[in-house]
Amino acid sequence: MIYALCILLFLLGLYGVMVKRNLIKIIISLAMMTNAVNLFFVLLAYRKNGQVPIITNFNTASTVADLAVDPIPQALVLTSVVIGLGTTALMVALAIRLYHSYGTFDITKIRKLKG
Amino acid sequence: MNMVSLLPSFVVIPLFTGLILSIKSKKMWYTHFIALGSTILLSILALLTPLENSYYHVGGYNDFVGITLAIDPLSRIVLIMVQVLVFLACWYSIGYMDHYTDHSRYYALVFFMLAGMNGILITADFFNLFVFMEIATLASYALVAYGGKSHELEASFKYLVLGSVSSLFVLFGIALIYSQTAALNMFIVSERLDFSTPIAWLIVVMMSAGLGLKSALFPFHSWLPDAHSSAPAPISAVLSGVLIKAVGIYVMLRFYFNIVGIENAPLSLIAWLGALSSLTGVILAMGQHDFKRLLACHSVSQVGYIFIGIGLGTYWGLLGAILHMINHAAFKSLLFLNAGSIEHASGERNFHQMGGLAKVMPWSNATSFIGFTAIGGVPPLNGFWSKLLLMLACIMSGQWALALIIACVALMTLTLFPKIQKYVFLGDLPEKFKKVKESPLSMIFPMLILCFFCITLGLLLLVPSWREYYLVSAVNVLLGGKWLGSSYVP
Repeated sequence: MIYALCILLFLLGLYGVMVKRNLIKIIISLAMMTNAVNLFFVLLAYRKNGQVPIITNFNTASTVADLAVDPIPQALVLTSVVIGLGTTALMVALAIRLYHSYGTFDITKIRKLKG
Repeated sequence: MNMVSLLPSFVVIPLFTGLILSIKSKKMWYTHFIALGSTILLSILALLTPLENSYYHVGGYNDFVGITLAIDPLSRIVLIMVQVLVFLACWYSIGYMDHYTDHSRYYALVFFMLAGMNGILITADFFNLFVFMEIATLASYALVAYGGKSHELEASFKYLVLGSVSSLFVLFGIALIYSQTAALNMFIVSERLDFSTPIAWLIVVMMSAGLGLKSALFPFHSWLPDAHSSAPAPISAVLSGVLIKAVGIYVMLRFYFNIVGIENAPLSLIAWLGALSSLTGVILAMGQHDFKRLLACHSVSQVGYIFIGIGLGTYWGLLGAILHMINHAAFKSLLFLNAGSIEHASGERNFHQMGGLAKVMPWSNATSFIGFTAIGGVPPLNGFWSKLLLMLACIMSGQWALALIIACVALMTLTLFPKIQKYVFLGDLPEKFKKVKESPLSMIFPMLILCFFCITLGLLLLVPSWREYYLVSAVNVLLGGKWLGSSYVP
C-alpha cells in the first residue's frame, strides 16, 4: 500500500512535467519525482522496530540479518539525493538564463527551436 | 603487468584530468596538451585491454559486498570506439574552440563526460551504472548549453528535463531490482531475477522506458535533434557518435540479453519501434535546412536501424547492429565535424544560403563527400556493409516488412545527402564567401582519420580474423545468455 503511494507521487510528478507550462513548476515536479524514487528506496529497507546494523560482541551477524534495518538503500539514497541536488541546481541555473534571454518562464513562448 | 588492474584507470584518468583542467590556466597550449595526452593514453589502454572476460573487484571485496568492474568483448569494442572518438573530438577542438572562451572548463566537462561513459562500459553494478550515467549526462547537458545563446539554453533545458525523467525511470527500475533480488551486482541479479512475479515485468517496463528515452527511440525522439544540433560541433560528434550508444544502446543490450534473457525481453516491440524511428528520423531530416539539425534528425533514423538489429535478436541481427553502431559513430561524427568546419569558416549553418564552397574548402569538400557516400550506403564504404547485413538479417528471420523499411530508409538517405553536397559545395560561390578560408590543420586531420575509418571499417566484417576478434566475440557475449562471472568466487 505504502509503495503504491510512492508510485502515485512519481506519477503525479510525471504529470506535472508533461502538463505544466511554467519552467519553475516543471523543476518542482521533477524534484517531486526524485523524492518519490528516493522515498521508495528508503521504504524498501524499512523494518518495524528495526535495529542499528552494527555487528558487536552481543550482536552477531545472524541477529543483525534478522533484526536490523538494511543499510544499503540508505547509502544509495544519499548518493542519489546529491545527484538530484546537482541536477536541480543546473536546471535552476538554466531557468534563470532562459528568463534573462526570453523574459518569460512560459515554455510555450520559449520556442526558437521547432520541428 | 596485469592488465586487469588497469581497469579502474578508465574512470580515474579522465576524472583526474578533468580536475586538473578545471583549474584555470593562462597558457592555452598546456590545456590542449593535457587533454590530448590523456585521451591518447586512454586509447592505447583501451586497445591493450584483454579480450577474454576479466573482472576487477574494487577494494578487494567479492561480488556480494563490493563493486565489481568487468570487461568482455562487447564492452571492449564500445570502449575502444569511445576513446578514439573523444580523442579525435579533443584534437578537433584545438582549432574549433578558438571562437569560444574558457577552454579549460570545456575540456573539464568533456573529460567528466568521458569518465561517465567509461564507467558505464566497465561497471557490473546497477547503482554504479546509474551514478556514471548521471555523470555522463550531467556533463553533456552543460556542454549543450556551452555557447550560452538563447536557443542553446532552450535545447539544454529540454534535454535536461527529459534526461532526468529517463534517469529516474532507470533508478526506479534499479530500486525494484534491489527489492526483488537483494543484490545490485549484475551477475547475481541475472541469476536471481525471477520472472514468475509481476514485479519482474515492471522492472523490464521501467528500464525499457528509461533507456529508450536515453537512446531516443521512436515516441521519445523529440529532444535529440535540438540537443545534438545546439552543442559545439565536436560535442555534437561525441553525443551522436558515442554518448547515446554508451548510455542508451549498450546498457539496453546488456540488460536485455545478459540480465533478463532473450526470452523475457520485449524484442519484437523494440524492432518495430526501431523501424518507426528510422522512418520518422529520415522524414524529419528531409524537412530541415540547418546542416547540423539535419544530421541530428538523421541520427534518430540510424539509431532506429541499430534497434531493428537488436530487436531481431538473432546472430546476424546483432552482428549488423554492432557493426552499424561502430559505422554510425564513424560517419556521423565525420559529418558533424564537417558541418562544424563549414560553420567555423563561413559562419553559416543553413545550407540553402551556401554554395560553391568546394573552391575555397577543398579538404572539407573531399571529406564530406566520403561521409555522404558512406552514410548513403554506397559500396564499398562502411555504411553499405552494415545496412546490407541488417537487411539480410531481417529476411533470414522472415521479417519482410522490416527489410522493406530498411531498404526504403536507405534509399531516402541516399537521395537526401547528394542534395546537400550540391547545395553546400557545388555551384557559384556567393560574394560573401569570397574570403572564406579552409579550416586549420588541427580540424582537417581528425576529419581525415574519420574518413579513413569510413573507408576501411567494412573490413571488420570482410576479414575473417578481424570479424572473429571484434564482432563475433561481442555477439557471442550477447547470445551467451545470462551474465555470470566466470571467475565467480563468492
